[in-house]
Amino acid sequence: MNMNLNTPTETEQRMDVYASSGYPESDDHLDARDRMRTPLTGDTDEEPRPTEISVRGLRAGYGTKEVLKGVSMDIHANEVTAIIGPSGCGKSTFIRCINRMHELVPSAYAKGDVQFAGNNVYSSSVDPVLLRRKIGMVFQKPNPFPTMSIRQNVLAGLTLTGRLSGSEANTIVESSLKEAALWDEVKDKLDEPGMSLSGGQQQRLCIARTIAVKPDVILMDEPCSALDPVATARIEDLIAKLRADYTVVIVTHNMQQAARCSDRTAFFLMGELVEITNTDRIFTAPKDTRTEDYITGKFG
Amino acid sequence: MSDHSRRTSEEFEQELQELRRRIIIMAERVNDMTAAAINALLERDNERAAEVILADREVNRDEMETDELCMLILARRQPMASDLRFITTAMKMVTDLERIGDLAVNVAERTISLKKQPQLRPYIDIPKMGDAVREMLTMTMEAFLERDTDKARAVIDMDDTVDELYALVFKDVLEVMYENHDSVKRGIDVQSIAKYLERMADHVTNLSEQVIYLVEGKDIRHAESRQ
Repeated sequence: MNMNLNTPTETEQRMDVYASSGYPESDDHLDARDRMRTPLTGDTDEEPRPTEISVRGLRAGYGTKEVLKGVSMDIHANEVTAIIGPSGCGKSTFIRCINRMHELVPSAYAKGDVQFAGNNVYSSSVDPVLLRRKIGMVFQKPNPFPTMSIRQNVLAGLTLTGRLSGSEANTIVESSLKEAALWDEVKDKLDEPGMSLSGGQQQRLCIARTIAVKPDVILMDEPCSALDPVATARIEDLIAKLRADYTVVIVTHNMQQAARCSDRTAFFLMGELVEITNTDRIFTAPKDTRTEDYITGKFG
Repeated sequence: MSDHSRRTSEEFEQELQELRRRIIIMAERVNDMTAAAINALLERDNERAAEVILADREVNRDEMETDELCMLILARRQPMASDLRFITTAMKMVTDLERIGDLAVNVAERTISLKKQPQLRPYIDIPKMGDAVREMLTMTMEAFLERDTDKARAVIDMDDTVDELYALVFKDVLEVMYENHDSVKRGIDVQSIAKYLERMADHVTNLSEQVIYLVEGKDIRHAESRQ
């Protein structure tokens, strides 16, 4: 009798048990965030992730003052990248260079290669206005348009560029406010002024306004520094959700915030990128002593 | 990391110094207890053994106070990087140190039990085990203070020596018990003491692994990650 043909092996039997109990065969059941974080003990810093923005040799400043001294780094798609560093290290300038807002300041200059969607954003063929629709920005202080209602604020970016039908507009207002986790709080008062909301709500309104134009990337410059801890926690939760659909870059002075809500963290010092690595690693065992000194509050 | 550089918050610096100091004091205490327990065994000195048992209260208090300090630092300072590794390591170190204290107490208790019976044989390997454990602990604390991971790794290697000594004691005691059935109770006491010392060396090994994590940020606890 040929025993091997019909009798399942012990391993096969065990696999059957897994199959019938719905035991997961792949790691698809894991939260995306769990998967992208490599274990702390691993020395490989990053798993290959698609790059959304690739920055090479970025130099920027004002007049004769150079703020960024040749920064090169990749920003991964659907990740939250935090940028930390002491005041004046160039972190805000860096993100403002990504969507060409930096050049709006008189005497400002920027040169280098910032690849996004197949182009150097500094090439002459790129329209900075269109670029800023694809790479939106949320600022330190919530800045809803003071004369506009909540609804008008959400639609502000869209109505600048074209006409929307009433039902289209309603859909966008609702979906943007839902994505910004503000809908339930404002759905009954969409025509009230944006300024009537609390600071935290105003900031989420600004996020809804950014989302409404369907960007690929959301840049945030200290988005919680004017908010209380509860409002901050809501924005941080929101950032965690946004990464499913957007690439987020957040500049923050608050290291705990970077630790809480980012996947990778970049440390800038005096216009240079010192280190960029997994957030879990940078706050437990950074490679560079300058990073170590900064995040442990030491200055030698 | 640059420990020499000045920390912005002096208060935080002082808290970390205090934590370091407490760990050293606790290690010295359990080291002394181990020495006293072995001496009590060799001298058949019940009074000394009783002192070891009493001293454990101090160690237990050290453990609780140090844990509390760690909790306070975590809550107040939200430490990062090497500071974070230091606090989490300290919380584990006190647990191992406290266990070493408990094992010294176990040695002392067996010593008191052995005093009631005639001595089985002269002790040869057990004092060697005690010396090895104490040397390992001293080296570990030096490695901790000097951030010397080579020294910590040397301690981990020394654990094998203690294991070998334990195997020798075990074999000897077994032979004696086979030969003379009246010796079984004493034999078990002696074998237990050797086992306690062997366990102490394991806890010191843990401490050394923690020192390596503290300094290098590398977890080497299990063989597969030591590559």
